[in-house]
Amino acid sequence: MTAPAYPHRHLLGIEPLEASHIQAVLDTAEALREVLDRPIKKVPALRGKTVVNLFYEASTRTRASFEIAEKVLSADSLSIATSTSSVQKGETLLDTAKNLEAMNPDMIVLRHSASGAAHFLARHCRSAIVNAGDGAHEHPTQALLDALTLRQRKGRLEGLRVAIVGDVLHSRVARSNLWLLTKMGAKVTLCAPPTLMPPGIETLAPTTSRIEEAVEGADAIMMLRIQQERMTGGYFPTLREYHARFGLTEERVRLAKKDVLILHPGPMNRGVEIASEVADGPYSVILDQVTNGVAVRMAVLYLLLGGAEAA
Amino acid sequence: MTDRLLLKGGRVIDPGRSVDADLDLLLVDGEVAELETRVAARGAEVIDVSGLVVCPGFIDLHTHLRQPGREDKETIATGTRAAAAGGFTAVCAMPNTEPVNDQAGITRAILEAAAREGAVRVWPIGAITRGSKGEELAEYGDMREAGCVAVSDDGRPVASARMMRRALEYAKGFDLTVIDHCEEPTLAQGASMNEGAVATMLGLRGAPGAGEAIMVERDVLLAELTGGKLHIAHASTAASVDAVRRGKARGVRVTAEATPQHLLLTDELVRTSEYDTSTKMNPPLRAEEDRQGLIQGLRDGAVDCIATDHAPHTVDDKKVEYDAAAFGVVGLETAVALCLDRLVAAGLISLGRLIELLSTRPAAILGLPGGTLAPGAAADVTVLDLSRRHKVDPARFHSKSRNTPFGGWTLKGAPALTIVGGRVAWGHGR
Ligand SMILES: [Zn+2]
Repeated sequence: MTAPAYPHRHLLGIEPLEASHIQAVLDTAEALREVLDRPIKKVPALRGKTVVNLFYEASTRTRASFEIAEKVLSADSLSIATSTSSVQKGETLLDTAKNLEAMNPDMIVLRHSASGAAHFLARHCRSAIVNAGDGAHEHPTQALLDALTLRQRKGRLEGLRVAIVGDVLHSRVARSNLWLLTKMGAKVTLCAPPTLMPPGIETLAPTTSRIEEAVEGADAIMMLRIQQERMTGGYFPTLREYHARFGLTEERVRLAKKDVLILHPGPMNRGVEIASEVADGPYSVILDQVTNGVAVRMAVLYLLLGGAEAA
Repeated sequence: MTDRLLLKGGRVIDPGRSVDADLDLLLVDGEVAELETRVAARGAEVIDVSGLVVCPGFIDLHTHLRQPGREDKETIATGTRAAAAGGFTAVCAMPNTEPVNDQAGITRAILEAAAREGAVRVWPIGAITRGSKGEELAEYGDMREAGCVAVSDDGRPVASARMMRRALEYAKGFDLTVIDHCEEPTLAQGASMNEGAVATMLGLRGAPGAGEAIMVERDVLLAELTGGKLHIAHASTAASVDAVRRGKARGVRVTAEATPQHLLLTDELVRTSEYDTSTKMNPPLRAEEDRQGLIQGLRDGAVDCIATDHAPHTVDDKKVEYDAAAFGVVGLETAVALCLDRLVAAGLISLGRLIELLSTRPAAILGLPGGTLAPGAAADVTVLDLSRRHKVDPARFHSKSRNTPFGGWTLKGAPALTIVGGRVAWGHGR
């Protein structure tokens, strides 16, 4: 018997994965994607499995994407968001998780503002844990869906030149993408104003504060969102200057390869990190990202909950 | 009826008097009476300590006993039992209790409880400022008279340079040392670990080492300006040690302590332990260069002593997300064994130097009784067994709390006997 293609019990981050594990998720997603084009989008793969989506931060996109993936695979799922649960009454993450365990869920999908929250649940619960974003740490399924999109459009990940531009300091998407792309042999350059570049990250990838340098010759540009609270956090003087110095404009896009792809985890701040012409331009792959998001989450659910038996 | 205890056949090391020889030690009525090649029992209780090392009692300059106010974390009774079991004959109790020990009445209450329930000596430290709020001086004269041996707002840095200057000046009038927890507050805001590549990978907000060194530099300059006595609590960066070293070279009255956790661990442990909250402390575990800088400081004298920063917390304070967890680790019951195994047996410092760091120097820094086995000195003695191997088992701690990153470590060398005022406060297997 060969080792399983995805040998982990949880998906806590991209960092602990090997290239072959990432490959397995992407290949599985590719295979499952076909289900989404069928007239009846439902397969019985996870019938009888229970999944809880536990969301401590508002995230319509990610939550909807997981919920659809769960439905397509016929899992029983339940979503708990901060506004509708006891979470706001001061119940701790541990209490909530312990209460949920009474339902004996096979998996908990967790979104939380504290880095390491998914590790915390994995330590104290029996269920498989999928990290749907923890603080500034990781957002592995976002990186997987970005990778799936890139692979579909470019035919490969190895050797691609990718610029990750924006608020790297606070971005879990940047970290997960950096791990994933580096492990798969892409060449990543990180770009941010020095105040938004986390210390020590230069040990993982080349960095620059000149966006022109980052995007030159790039196959893909990943734009990171400038969150509202950072705009007033003293990291840079004005939005105007941010856009002028670090925003993705038509002119700057022309420095990249002709067939450059632009990815943005959304929602975009037009006129801040990205100019409207670019956002609405021909490089955008946003619709692919929605479909691929569901496919990747189906793959993760399948590999963690049903893959072992199926294989 | 006199109290007579004879420790027979041990290797006595008293660095303050350059003693390292096989000697018998007779303690009478709470004082060292005789230290000779052979002392006759003459009715004294005799303990055979052959094969063991006899030293002046260890003194921890940095302990959080939590009483009054947070008896759910620790009490004077449990904290001093932990100290005795860890080989300490005295602990200096930090004032960040609830209420803060910022007036003589609270100091007296602590000393009364210690006299009633304490297994070892308790030396209270008073607050630098009222309520440790950093705004107004506390009453040093009254607190000194009530029994405080130093002042500190530990847990909180003294943010204002003017306040720190006044404290160093005013403390001179009562021969009190000012102990500062050095942390530039705006640089450490929201941080739960050391700033650097590890924090970046973990997505945790970091406090840069520079935030500590800035305050150490400031304090050394203020001690120079005022002529006051300054002690740096839990130095954690190479730059802090260097600032102290330069200050000493200029004749500034500055001393510094380092903790076993900062001497032995780095921020990498936060990652390899996958956000284990027993790695969360303030100052945070730093980088390897900083750890090396601390060890260098132990060797060249820039660092004067080893203190535990014993900071007990309940399970609920720690069994939460990393960001939300309380800062601090317990240390009284692991410090000595860790130092024996990982510093002395590892060849980084000599056994004599370790005893200096744990006894001679702490006593000298705050002018406390002890730190020597000279005849007439307080009969506070720590006996070590350099060959005993054991595994750190937090479930067996005397402390109320279990928050240690050293659980499961196997260590060679441990305290064997702790004698306070001529009486056995704790003995291994006794
Ligand atoms: Zn402190």
